Amino acid sequence: MSTTTRHREGQKHTAKQAAPGAAPAQSGWHSQRLLAWIFLAPTILGMGLFTLVPIVASVVLAFFRWDIISAPSFVGFDNFATVVQDPTVRVSFLNTIVFVLVAVSLQLGLALALAIMVQEKLPSWLRTFFRSAFFFPLILSAASVSIFMRYLFNEQFGVVNWFLSLAGIPAVPWLTTPGGSAAVVIMVYVWQNFGFSFLLFIGGLASIPTETYEAASLDGATGWRKHVYVTLPLLSPTTLLASVMAIISALQVFDQPYVLTRGGPGDSTRTAVMVIFESAFQRLEFGQASAIGVLLMLIIMAITAAQFRLSKRFVFYQ
Amino acid sequence: MSTTTERVLTRPAPAGHTPARRKPNWSLVTRVALLLLAAVLTLGPVMWTLSTSLRSPSESFKLPPSFIPWNPDFTSYAEVFQKLDIVILVLNSALVTGVIAVGQMVTAAMAGYAFANLKFRGRGFLFSIVLATMMVPVQVTIVPVFMLIRGMGLSDTLLALILPAIPTAFGTFLMRQYFLGLPADLAEAAAIDGASPWRTFRSVYAPLAVPGMAIVGILAFNFHWNEFFRPLIMTISEQNFTLPLGLVSLQGNLGTGSISVVLAGVVLSMIPALVVFIFGQRALQDGLTAGSSK
Repeated sequence: MSTTTRHREGQKHTAKQAAPGAAPAQSGWHSQRLLAWIFLAPTILGMGLFTLVPIVASVVLAFFRWDIISAPSFVGFDNFATVVQDPTVRVSFLNTIVFVLVAVSLQLGLALALAIMVQEKLPSWLRTFFRSAFFFPLILSAASVSIFMRYLFNEQFGVVNWFLSLAGIPAVPWLTTPGGSAAVVIMVYVWQNFGFSFLLFIGGLASIPTETYEAASLDGATGWRKHVYVTLPLLSPTTLLASVMAIISALQVFDQPYVLTRGGPGDSTRTAVMVIFESAFQRLEFGQASAIGVLLMLIIMAITAAQFRLSKRFVFYQ
Repeated sequence: MSTTTERVLTRPAPAGHTPARRKPNWSLVTRVALLLLAAVLTLGPVMWTLSTSLRSPSESFKLPPSFIPWNPDFTSYAEVFQKLDIVILVLNSALVTGVIAVGQMVTAAMAGYAFANLKFRGRGFLFSIVLATMMVPVQVTIVPVFMLIRGMGLSDTLLALILPAIPTAFGTFLMRQYFLGLPADLAEAAAIDGASPWRTFRSVYAPLAVPGMAIVGILAFNFHWNEFFRPLIMTISEQNFTLPLGLVSLQGNLGTGSISVVLAGVVLSMIPALVVFIFGQRALQDGLTAGSSK
């Protein structure tokens, strides 16, 4: 990882030097500009059509009642009022917040602990093995993972309960109780995603100079103290990045609860994105779906902004 | 990675502070044991899936579970082909994923090159807009995108999945970084030889950008091969389903009949992802964490 890190830092340096001077003088500013616009056209047009216009349209649509069949009618803030008072929407937002808090802390904690354990004096073949093993679930589809996890967590013939029975623990009704379902959705999500944070932490750890640890051990720091006083502060930029990315992706969780539980039992595993999906494509309330989407987008923006604000206080840059 | 490994391993012990290395290093043993446990928990469910898919359908529920397929039985695999139009699903997935991957490679290379190497007015502004679109989750825009696709007469077609996925903010960002990493002298040398900007790109920079494009392609493949949310919304008829969607519907149809058939489908769907993992692991890891260094 450190090689890539260094490589990228190198890129940034060249970037500063290269960007202004990269234009070959003779070949002409005009033909360069023409080529630039030709090259950008597919990306810019595509993004305009499929991202920028839809963002604006979402916000506008949130103020209309529309079921595709009859003509849209302007309803002001009605959609927002309806949505905020809808108990299912409320529960799903609450579920999403609880999910983000629990899943993200588990994901980051696990990833950090494993990254520290892998990084410290381990033969490189073992390190490569662990890295591949922890990365592996990321290449699978969340839908397929949820399919086989549903069987593993089955109450009667599931492997998880079989292992628990070996320890004398009675069968847990994983997917038929609200608490059990929520726990399964969290475990499956963390199982699949901790490898990503793990990779980020491995990269961050590799960029901490070993001299820092030597200095710390000369000062008498050993074992976990070394990690509390050296690793954690020096790793804080990586932690910030890992937590921002983990939170944003956890806020959008859909595949796992949809396949594992369809949001149930009751509304216990219904997430914000699932309600957008249901109100738009099952109930054809496109205005309300857009209103929920706008609320979700506002929450994502607020959290991201807050994290960067907080980071100014707590993140330690070398 | 390798450099760190060597650096850590060959790090000289601080003078006057040499720990007794000959004793069994219990903290190392505990550490490896914990890591192995984590690896078993990570790989175990996948091993179980593979192993159970190779049991006969009637034995698929039997406990204790098996993790190593001692007597592989391929009847479930044969049954997948009967119960599910898996050939169509694979073809749909391959077509959608392949076109998106190639489309992203080409458009991201072009846009990345423009942002990195060409001068034009509004470059910084446009690039910051591209970056900003990375923050918007697909679910927020799905309703208008769905209507747009309907308006274009493309609903329930594979193009509905392909077209919106080709413009890629992350790929553009990655390719811009990649081009910035190439030496600027190349452009100067090409200019001295009288090459036009197009010629400079075509003959000098594009060939050098192939490894970067490969990362974009591999990432696109991995993401869209596994994608579930958009296909669930955009496709209605089963002949337009992609693999994840087909598998979920197969699971729903079979109920708890015989899990080995569903799991055989899951294993089949993993094979291309596994191939990409084996050949592109490094590129995938670098691509996913690109831009994460300070």
